[in-house]
Amino acid sequence: MIATKSRSDLKQNREKNLREMEEMSLREVSLDIKNLTKIYPTPKGEYVVLEDLNLRVREGEFISIIGHSGCGKTTLLTMIAGLNEITGGQILLNEFPITGPGPDRGVIFQSPSLFPWMTALENVLLGVRQVFPGGSKKEQQDICKYYLSKVGLEDSFFKKASDLSQGMQQRVGIARAFALKPKILLLDEPFGMLDSLTRGELQDVLLDVWNREKITAVQITHDVDEAIFLADRVIMMTSGPKAQVGDILKIEFDRPRDRKQILEHVDYYKYREYLIDFLEH
Amino acid sequence: MKAKAIQLLNYSGFSWAVPIVKLASGEDIKQQFTILWKRIGMPFCAIVLFLFLWSVAAKNVQTSLGVLPGPVMVYHQANVLWQEHMGERTKAREFYARQDARNTAILQQNPDATIKTVSYPGKATYIDQIITSLKTVFMGFVIASLIALPIGILCGSSKNVMTALNPIIQVLKPVSPLAWLPIVTMVISAVYTTNNGWFEKSFIISALTVSLCSLWPTLLNTAMGVASVNTDYINVARVLQLSPFKKTTKVVLPATLPLIFTGLRISLGVGWMVLIAAEMLAQNPGLGKFVWDEFQNGSSDSLARIMVAVITIGLIGFMLDQLMVALQRLVSFE
Ligand SMILES: Nc1ncnc2c1ncn2[C@@H]1O[C@H](COP(=O)(O)OP(=O)(O)O)[C@@H](O)[C@H]1O
Ligand SMILES: [Mg+2]
Repeated sequence: MIATKSRSDLKQNREKNLREMEEMSLREVSLDIKNLTKIYPTPKGEYVVLEDLNLRVREGEFISIIGHSGCGKTTLLTMIAGLNEITGGQILLNEFPITGPGPDRGVIFQSPSLFPWMTALENVLLGVRQVFPGGSKKEQQDICKYYLSKVGLEDSFFKKASDLSQGMQQRVGIARAFALKPKILLLDEPFGMLDSLTRGELQDVLLDVWNREKITAVQITHDVDEAIFLADRVIMMTSGPKAQVGDILKIEFDRPRDRKQILEHVDYYKYREYLIDFLEH
Repeated sequence: MKAKAIQLLNYSGFSWAVPIVKLASGEDIKQQFTILWKRIGMPFCAIVLFLFLWSVAAKNVQTSLGVLPGPVMVYHQANVLWQEHMGERTKAREFYARQDARNTAILQQNPDATIKTVSYPGKATYIDQIITSLKTVFMGFVIASLIALPIGILCGSSKNVMTALNPIIQVLKPVSPLAWLPIVTMVISAVYTTNNGWFEKSFIISALTVSLCSLWPTLLNTAMGVASVNTDYINVARVLQLSPFKKTTKVVLPATLPLIFTGLRISLGVGWMVLIAAEMLAQNPGLGKFVWDEFQNGSSDSLARIMVAVITIGLIGFMLDQLMVALQRLVSFE
């Protein structure tokens, strides 16, 4: 039984959690974001979305990022993915600076963005061929089939992506990202477009695959419950412009997690209240 | 089985026949009859009304070649043209049979004799003209696509290329086939001097004129399609670090295919329209020349024959369009 936490406990942890991040030993750090700044040129002049944002993520850690709409979450994630240029500062992945997009970062977009003219299998295969060009056709297909089965699509290998439901498409998206064996997973509100029932199912699927692979994961969400259920730490971003990391909440539930147990846990509501409190101020 | 049949009809542009299939399988008779009436009955009534107005109006128009022909006379001439065609075919068959018989007879007397085979010298029938026109438009369409697709992809992939080429495209696009024809004729006459080539000179001139006029819709649609590919798709391609070739063939082209086909469809329509004009002016074989010859001929049947041609041109244009619609449905993924 974990000692229950009071709200002021969580508050006092703020400084500690932020400091702890600075003190993480470089060897355990997978993703290291240093003084990251992003400026968009707009007709009305420069718009500073992020300024001097610092964030470190441990190897094998799952973090969720929450923040108000428009604060720059997507901007941050696309910069990690290499799809968006960095204005200032640095992003290091396993100590190497990011210069452009690459399959070592598996991205799961908000819309499934599968190619509708390909089957589920072909969608996954396209990436697997890029990362394991030496493998035989059979080996490549087996990798795809393994991950598609793991997300519950063993019966849909040869279905056209356009014939799959939104939820099933996003399952393929998850399989596609994991099948690349990336160093890090980047998820931008991956379940935001789904109804709550499907969303719950997919959170379970994601956690299930992730528990096996323990790939460092950075997930953006606007769903507080999702953040608590999935993450080891929840990163709270301040509102833009010039957004930064405002607070960090450690979620100290054991893994593998069970939704029912977590919902019944006393700490769950304290975490929840704390996050909502942050978002409302 | 039924579902398959309905899907096939939908794909091939015969969606009006779907209620018949559903009726045949006893599905909700009353509703299907209503749909059938709307899709077949009403157009049928409109056609009958049109034919009636035409026959009434035509009687009142006196031309130098006699009264303007009505539907009955046109139908009669269509039959005559068909009979002429069948007659020519029979004559051709007999001609070849005679020639073969003669040659075998010569060879029997002297196995070493050199024999001549001559192709039938009869004149081209109406059906021959139609086939020539179809071949020409197809050739022109293929040339147009081969030019328009690569340039369109290039324009769509690079804003700079588009900006550079846009003025040229916009100026050349509205030029009439009648203006291109003399230039094409002169150039082809200068360049294509062999007489035993694969194609007749006139065939190439018509085809090229068709190409020059019909390549623009394909070019512009392709450019627009390539430029507006979903950014998510492009991002996936970037994350996977697909090579430019793979990116084009696996992502950009499939994503653009529906728009490309819309362009191809318009191009084929324009091409067919242009072809008739080009054949008419250039005296190249084909339906256009048939119309012109009949016009020059000025017999009492000429007007009716020209009207047969008008209807044929319309029907073939419609069929080509339906063909493209069916192809477009096949490749579209939405
Ligand atoms: N390409 C762009 N050019 C200009 N401004 C942008 C661009 N992309 C995003 N922004 C602006 O930057 C801010 C952050 O956007 P975004 O990262 O999408 O926020 P979030 O994902 O947190 O909702 C918003 O105010 C948005 O309008
Ligand atoms: Mg966003």
